[in-house]
Amino acid sequence: MSEASTTAAVQVTGVDKVFTAKRKPSVTALDSIDLTVAPGEFVSLIGPSGCGKSTLLRLIADLDTPSAGTLTVFGKTARQARIDQEYGIAFQQSGLLPWRTVAANIELPLELHGVNSAGRKKRSAELLALVGLGDFAESYPDQLSGGMQQRVAIARALAESPRLLLMDEPFGALDEMTRERMQTELVRITGETGAAVVFVTHSIPEAVFLSNRVVVMSPRPGRIRDILSITLPGTADRDEHLREDEAFFENVSRVRELLHGEAPVGIKPTAARGVENR
Amino acid sequence: MRASAGSLRTVLAPVILGVVALALWQLLVVAFDIKPFIVPGPLAIGTEFGDNISSVVAGALVTGGNALVGLVIGGVVGILFAVLAALARVVDELTAGLVAALAVVPIVALAPVLYTMFGAGAETARQLVAALAVFIPVYINTLRGLRQVRPVHRDLMHVYAASAWQTTRTVTVPGALPFIFTGLRIASSLAVISALIAEYFGGPVGGLGKSITSAASSSNYNLAWAYVLGAIIVGLVFYCVTLAIETFATRHYKPRT
Repeated sequence: MSEASTTAAVQVTGVDKVFTAKRKPSVTALDSIDLTVAPGEFVSLIGPSGCGKSTLLRLIADLDTPSAGTLTVFGKTARQARIDQEYGIAFQQSGLLPWRTVAANIELPLELHGVNSAGRKKRSAELLALVGLGDFAESYPDQLSGGMQQRVAIARALAESPRLLLMDEPFGALDEMTRERMQTELVRITGETGAAVVFVTHSIPEAVFLSNRVVVMSPRPGRIRDILSITLPGTADRDEHLREDEAFFENVSRVRELLHGEAPVGIKPTAARGVENR
Repeated sequence: MRASAGSLRTVLAPVILGVVALALWQLLVVAFDIKPFIVPGPLAIGTEFGDNISSVVAGALVTGGNALVGLVIGGVVGILFAVLAALARVVDELTAGLVAALAVVPIVALAPVLYTMFGAGAETARQLVAALAVFIPVYINTLRGLRQVRPVHRDLMHVYAASAWQTTRTVTVPGALPFIFTGLRIASSLAVISALIAEYFGGPVGGLGKSITSAASSSNYNLAWAYVLGAIIVGLVFYCVTLAIETFATRHYKPRT
């Protein structure tokens, strides 16, 4: 465990992902991806739809397997890391079980992994306090707003105190005001837990506000165009005032220019490559 | 206030319609002097129902009891088989033909054969007929529900490295609950109908079906109709109770989160 602090949270080396389907051209979703996420680091993946950012996240989570290259999570294979519950995950849909109370939803991973009832109760109470839903333990998901449901999903992802959090557009379905409040909350929560985060988004301000580094991706085939270090105070010191800050806007412009500005890096005039992408 | 006025109207409207229809029926029977063997008036049926209430209740308990035993057995077996079929494709493939065959068999037609199998003095044959009738809709609906697991839940259980049994217990079966209850609600009426009709083909006396046939064959038409009314009430009770359980059990399912 002690050496784990020196190994990368996520190490992606030369990873390709090609989707093949019958009677359709195969689709290159990811092409020679290299990426390292340090422990405790917040990294956002940003790019237009079809750039493979969600696919990359799914590979890290072992929800899919790479076609080539290697991928390790805390020095283990993605599969072993998943079995050892090295990461927590949150999706765009909260994916709460509607027949369970809020507390029972948060306790689900603990229950599946054999934590006793007293331990589960204690942990879910802590997490509900952390996400500011202390009064809603016995509510059902249909009684909560979208933002509250997403907070429950984040609490569930944190249930087993993972050192890595994978988030696939968790605030994508929320309105702008809720979204900004959730971002501030997430900055605080990750500051308190010290977990590394890989965060998929298509919102530039969101990526800048949350991240230490922003990975800008380009589509068809999915490639990393550039990785940008955000020149802002440490993520723990970020708050609402930062959104009005000159430095914040500078960083937003830098990401925007990378996304839209230059000629696409990845596209070669080879007609043989499948152009359809997910 | 407005909501309660609205719900009052939804209850009141059919009640008024029912009362008007009954009054019209009574009026026609009296006006045209229709004989009881064609159709008796509602007042005559009501009087006969009241006078024989103890034997109607006794008959309802016998028939309702058979239907309930059949509903429980058919329901449990149907759900269990569906879970097995969802877990192991082999079971599904093996049973698909059998279930399709069973679905087209007029199950009540088996009653005379079952009476000779289990003896004409036992209720077993009737309970089995009801159970068979229940099995089909419960199995088919449950299996469909078990196949409706949302991708986000499937991903989540994969992430948790949950076993097939854990996934079935925590996500698949609870998620299928609305489908299971739809099957049970359809089956509840079928159970009563099957248990009742099975009595027409023999077996011990005492149930509503037997009482209807014996009253009709002894030209006691008003009494026969009173037993029919009893059978309608048993069917309604079965339907309403399963509906109430369904509404309660799936009260949090509506919005997808």
